[in-house]
Amino acid sequence: MRIPLSYVLKRIGFLLMVMWTAATINFILPHLSPKDPVAEQVQQKISSGGLSAESAQEMQEALRTLYGLDKPLWQQYVKYLWNTFRFDLGRSIYSYPREVMDIIGQTIWWTVGFGGTATVLAFVIGTVLGALVGWSKAPKFLSALIPPLAMFSAVPSFILALVLIYFMSFKLQQWTGGAFYFPLRGGYSSETIINIADLNFWKDVIWHSILPALSMLLVSTGGWALGMRAMMVTVEGADYITFAEAKGLKNRRVFFRYALRNCMLPQITSLAMQLGTIVTSATLVESMFSYPGIGNRLGTAISQFDYYTMYGIIFFLVMGIAVATFIVDMIYPFLDPRISYGS
Amino acid sequence: MTEALLQIKDLRVYYHVDAGAVRAVDGVSFNLEAGIKLGLVGESGSGKSTMALALMRMIKAPGKIESGQMILDGVDLLQLSEEKMRQTKLMKLSMIPQGAMNSLNPVMRIDKQMMDGLEDHNSLLSKEELTARIQELLTAVDLDPKVAKMYPHELSGGMKQRVCVAMAISMEPDLIIADEPTSALDVVIQRQVMAMINRLQEKLGLALILIGHDMGLMAQSVDRLAVMYAGRMMEIADTKVIFGNPLHPYTQLLISSLPVLENKGVFSGIPGVTPSLLTPPPGCVFHTRCPKARDVCRERIPVFTEVETGRWVACHLITA
Repeated sequence: MRIPLSYVLKRIGFLLMVMWTAATINFILPHLSPKDPVAEQVQQKISSGGLSAESAQEMQEALRTLYGLDKPLWQQYVKYLWNTFRFDLGRSIYSYPREVMDIIGQTIWWTVGFGGTATVLAFVIGTVLGALVGWSKAPKFLSALIPPLAMFSAVPSFILALVLIYFMSFKLQQWTGGAFYFPLRGGYSSETIINIADLNFWKDVIWHSILPALSMLLVSTGGWALGMRAMMVTVEGADYITFAEAKGLKNRRVFFRYALRNCMLPQITSLAMQLGTIVTSATLVESMFSYPGIGNRLGTAISQFDYYTMYGIIFFLVMGIAVATFIVDMIYPFLDPRISYGS
Repeated sequence: MTEALLQIKDLRVYYHVDAGAVRAVDGVSFNLEAGIKLGLVGESGSGKSTMALALMRMIKAPGKIESGQMILDGVDLLQLSEEKMRQTKLMKLSMIPQGAMNSLNPVMRIDKQMMDGLEDHNSLLSKEELTARIQELLTAVDLDPKVAKMYPHELSGGMKQRVCVAMAISMEPDLIIADEPTSALDVVIQRQVMAMINRLQEKLGLALILIGHDMGLMAQSVDRLAVMYAGRMMEIADTKVIFGNPLHPYTQLLISSLPVLENKGVFSGIPGVTPSLLTPPPGCVFHTRCPKARDVCRERIPVFTEVETGRWVACHLITA
């Protein structure tokens, strides 16, 4: 057993600490802000018209009671922690009475779907490409792919998203006379009915996700390839590769089992971390495409001063990273035998 | 007279850098009989390790084997296809690496790494036989067969070097090249590993090229000694002969520079530094440091000639 139980327990304890810290910061932040979330909402209602001063006052108090803001701070805090612990992130204040968990549940799958696919694809393509470019016995023409990929990796994904929208959707529509172009926005066509049992729905979803996924994919593939190439060049100079060649092993075996295997260790760590931060990196791309994902929803919540939705989503993101780190920690000893925890 | 196991003929290995060609091995020729241990000595940068890599055909760019022949058991290694050369390694010729500490794949168990070598050389052994063979090999290098299931980081430096030796002999080659096999180990382990290599060499009757600059170690372990300087072969002879009566001025200086127990604290080195291999001096490469250099030494390259049976030297003073 490479991971002693005591370590797992310690690590879970650490995970809980991270959760607690994130939850606490989440709780404190609105109280530090000069803006009062409730007053902010009522203000918006007034400005959008049709709310008298008295009813505004009444509404404000009703909302305070509803969110328990009239109770002492410590009571609020304890209640909040207890709720968070049960994954009850409260209700949206803007689209009351929708639950934040419900909002997350509806939007997260869109993001995980296109963002996760883009991240995993970028990882696979970039890693394989980087490995081949870094390997001296691989075909040389592959190295021509590195400069464009490196260029793409320097471009922010939302800029690339704009470029893609302009050429692949807007211009392509003009050029082909409307015959062939990628969708401009959204996660599915407005006339499509959401039905996960329907194959046509899935086709439509995939069709809509191509451009957003591509803007993330193109940006991150270069990073994976460059990192992998650097690792590969280092590993190829290692004594164990020289000795493997001296042993007369087949090139394929030396490449996969000796070189690639050793280069994968840092790559996998980065992949797990990236998977934890998909939402964060997808936010702007989703906004560009009005994609129904969680990142876009976060943007909306910010612009609506919907504090409870905002903090709910942010807490969820922090969780994602914390859990991803935890998983990497747990699988690492199985990837690298040199790593063991405890005795 | 039977053909020698290994015949090196006029081997040249150059490293092509921006400033020109670095002549790391510049026209080296020698023969090695089967079952004989040959020591290859020389200063740092004299081309010893390049020789070893060239024999394995593992010279990497910007290095290149320019010309020559390396005939092992009647086959010129330089004429073989990549695939044939790959098969030759381990089957006929193996290498014991210099940096034993990092020569094993850190993420693979020892038995798997040993098996890789056997499998890639069309070993017809079954899984059980392979396991048995690995146990046998580990025992042969004085290791506990339990080592098979361990990872490299769980072994000491000496144990890793033993594993490397076990791998090198796994297909019972005719020739093993050991490039400073003990330089990374402490003195006590050095002796043990050398004794083990010597024992296996005798048992399997293989030829060994031992590269190093430890003259003391050489005197104790090899049958013949070859002295290299600045990419060229200076002298080659039986160890006893060369230590008793070195012919080449460089060999003489090399041997006289060894510390002697009676003259504590008195060392005599060889004045000067090795010449640049980019622009080697004309004539004999050693003339810049040779106390006996004459005019002819600065003009003509001395020919490596057999002056007595089995005794070759490249020096105008001897051959003229």
